[in-house]
Amino acid sequence: MTLDNAPLTKKDLKSDQEVRWCPGCGDYAILNSVQGILAGLGIPRHQMLFVSGIGCSSRFPYYMNTYGLHSIHGRAPAFATGIKTANPELSVWMVTGDGDGLSIGGNHFAHILRRNVDVKILLFNNEVYGLTKGQFSPTSPQGMKTKTSPMGSIERPMNPVSFALGCGASFVARTIDTHQKHMEQTLLAAAHHKGAALVEIYQNCVIFNDGAFEPVAEKSVRDDKTIDLRPGEPLVFGKAHDKGLKMAGWEPAIVEAAQADTWKADHASPGPAFAMAQMQSLPGMPRPIGIFRSVEAPLFDHGMNEQVQRAVAKKGKGTLKDLIYSGEMWTVR
Amino acid sequence: MSTTRASNAELPLQQYENVVIRFAGDSGDGMQITGNQFTHTAAVLGNDLATFPDFPAEIRAPAGTKPGVSGFQVRFSSSDIHTPGDQPDVLVAMNPAALAINIKDLKPGGIVIANTGQFAERDLAKAGLASNPLTDGSLKAFRVIEVDINQRVKEALEGSPLSPKEVQRCKNFYTLGLMYWLYNRPLENTLKWLGEKFASKPDLRDANQKALQAGFNAGDIHELFQGRYDVKPCTSMPPGTYRNIMGNEALAMGLVAGTELAGLTLYCGSYPITPASGILEQLASYKNYGVLTFQAEDEIAAICAAIGASYAGHLGMTSTSGPGMALKSEAMGLAVSLELPLVIVDVQRGGPSTGLPTKTEQADLLQAIFGRNSEAPIPVLACSMPADAFETAIEACRIAVQYMTPVILLSDGYIANGSEPWRLPKVEELQRFPVQFLTKAPEGGFLPYARDAKRARPWVKPGTPGLEHRIGGIEKSHLTGNINYDPLNHEFMVRMRNDKVMGVRDSIPTPKPMGPDSGDLLVLGWGSTAGSIASAVEVVQAKGKKVAAMHLPHVWPLPKGLDTIFARYKAVLLPEMNLGQMARILRSEYPGVNFVSYPKVQGQPFFTAELVTKIEELLQTKR
Repeated sequence: MTLDNAPLTKKDLKSDQEVRWCPGCGDYAILNSVQGILAGLGIPRHQMLFVSGIGCSSRFPYYMNTYGLHSIHGRAPAFATGIKTANPELSVWMVTGDGDGLSIGGNHFAHILRRNVDVKILLFNNEVYGLTKGQFSPTSPQGMKTKTSPMGSIERPMNPVSFALGCGASFVARTIDTHQKHMEQTLLAAAHHKGAALVEIYQNCVIFNDGAFEPVAEKSVRDDKTIDLRPGEPLVFGKAHDKGLKMAGWEPAIVEAAQADTWKADHASPGPAFAMAQMQSLPGMPRPIGIFRSVEAPLFDHGMNEQVQRAVAKKGKGTLKDLIYSGEMWTVR
Repeated sequence: MSTTRASNAELPLQQYENVVIRFAGDSGDGMQITGNQFTHTAAVLGNDLATFPDFPAEIRAPAGTKPGVSGFQVRFSSSDIHTPGDQPDVLVAMNPAALAINIKDLKPGGIVIANTGQFAERDLAKAGLASNPLTDGSLKAFRVIEVDINQRVKEALEGSPLSPKEVQRCKNFYTLGLMYWLYNRPLENTLKWLGEKFASKPDLRDANQKALQAGFNAGDIHELFQGRYDVKPCTSMPPGTYRNIMGNEALAMGLVAGTELAGLTLYCGSYPITPASGILEQLASYKNYGVLTFQAEDEIAAICAAIGASYAGHLGMTSTSGPGMALKSEAMGLAVSLELPLVIVDVQRGGPSTGLPTKTEQADLLQAIFGRNSEAPIPVLACSMPADAFETAIEACRIAVQYMTPVILLSDGYIANGSEPWRLPKVEELQRFPVQFLTKAPEGGFLPYARDAKRARPWVKPGTPGLEHRIGGIEKSHLTGNINYDPLNHEFMVRMRNDKVMGVRDSIPTPKPMGPDSGDLLVLGWGSTAGSIASAVEVVQAKGKKVAAMHLPHVWPLPKGLDTIFARYKAVLLPEMNLGQMARILRSEYPGVNFVSYPKVQGQPFFTAELVTKIEELLQTKR
């Protein structure tokens, strides 16, 4: 029997269910990192709850030895909102993918961020539909050939970070499944954020979209092709830490490391974060990972319960008698 | 001036057993408020009553046109009544469109009170009338009383700081005052209500109170009427404390009460939709009862949040109407699979699709019982009257928590917006059904899909140490709840879920026929046809016919013992506001019974008279 106050280990968070992702799937690394950082948070296992929708990533809750709800396609944000507002004490984590979160569930995804429900959201982005076997997704690049786009997809992909920023998300970050250290520090920052925290994770689908992120995420090019947004630190990148970013007019430009701007994730406006998020549309610019935005905002789950407490404090806790015997009444003898 | 003739106040009072008034005007004329105030006063005077608000889906269709006409019918009585009445005795028509739309319903010889201030050429044109009904002889069959309410209000409010437009908005209270005079009603209730409603707007308060008083005084001063009428309090109502209640209001209160009786917190996840929005609004005002309300981004999110709340240990509920039910159906299936308590309220309206949003219908029955993919059984209950929505909602909560199942509670537009006196239950007589959460692993270990005598699985609040478990929409192993694709396990679980829901019949009573317990005909109803059926059956019973009425609050599963009841009557008549959906179910459940379906799908409730005709016609052919 485990003691409630004994520190958790990664092993404590593994459920007894066999993990059934494809061999080599990026999901394994994410599961491992999540279990790793959660064990160190000091939150007891029974206070943790994982919610998901439908898709490969959404099997995640079954593998966590915590409370878990595997729900229906796209609706995880709504379930998570119900759970967190019903019991704000729980540490609620939501796992979704680019199809589940941005296609069928795009509506709910927007609203959980807008409302700032204190839920940690892990968006596994593999730019393809996995569980339905390889159709293009809302993040697939234009021209991608799949069974439903044999002549190439004519859709323009959406950028999950820009979308989240547009929804007014209070915490937005991006990381890469193969970059364990970065993933863990990003997940940890999300875990400590009070409010809705979105982490987009570039996740490799070995079967239907293998190597989708290799041009930026492959180890040998990663340092030159990505830039880690670290609040309070200069925007420096490159293997030799020799290049930097500086805002030049409306857009960031590459400069010498010494001239780099210092990154701030808590500007009053999400404008600078947008500029970073959209940087990939400019040729030759590095792909930003790390923390785009981290600001304080009122918590929806807290607000809902606080109104109840305030009403009770003001009017007194209503009883059945108060409820029924109200309004204009009369007596028949 | 007033001394030239005896005051009308001295006219003799004529007693009536019951009166039906219909107020009709533009959507912006405040007819709903007028009707509600009249109702309120009748309630406080101790009349039995029933109301039928009938308004368009458009908030403010072009003024003076037929689509913009809003009506409110109230019937008040010194004897027990079950319906708002088939035909009004009095029609108050604020403009030509209101007159044209409603005159066909008025009883022959009935009274029309017409606001002549709104009958100019252009008003007739807006209503699409070629001639003026007040002068073209088309109202011969009625007693027409012409009052220039526009002008009278203007005179009464001379010197008011309100603009001429605002002054005209007080017309409805002038009209109400006139009706108060005619039916010998006191002004106090409405004066008080206006005082509270416009506490922060003294100009509006004063003007409306003055208009009300002026309307009342006009009855005295002007020679409009030959007499005044009175309807004595209803003495046949059972003793008790009463209040007037609307269906949506009673239903919301029932959910709060049911949750309290279960020892839980109510969590309402809803999305506004006509005619169900009132439930969400009402619950939002019950925060001091601990009620959490979440206005979701759509119908789907609403039910999903409610399911999430139930998983977290609250009693989740969602309220909607037909189109919303369609959107929620996938999530309902998940709730069936998760086996969590949940109450889904469907306030039915005319369909399909957007249909008739503000009109009533009962055509979601089959959707409620069967409208999900695969085998997804859900118990279904139906309210029958505004007041009865309270206890039906409590019953829905009871079944949900005792059987760990979603429950669908059907209401409809007629119940939702109608009102009647409600005999308030004694709090101590409401039966409690406290929920026992599982808080530690039982002997032999914790099994999330183990079952009790009702086949309900344990309910564990996340946050409980040692009982961490995962649930989801994938088929589960019996007992452990782990993912399981085994064919025989699947069939076992499909049957288990069905048996559990069918087992609800072990805890519900067999309904009793009202009237002879055997005979020529049983008139069977469910939902809001209750009032019309009771009224019609009383009429034919008074003529000595062997006809009984019976009502089904539990529509799925059907209660035990119906077969033996049906066997005692030669035929069973089923009036329904759909094409015979319950008849279809009963024919398949009870193949030997002679069911006669009587459908009406007009967005309107059954009239007592049409039911009487139908019953008598059936009795004729039986001979």
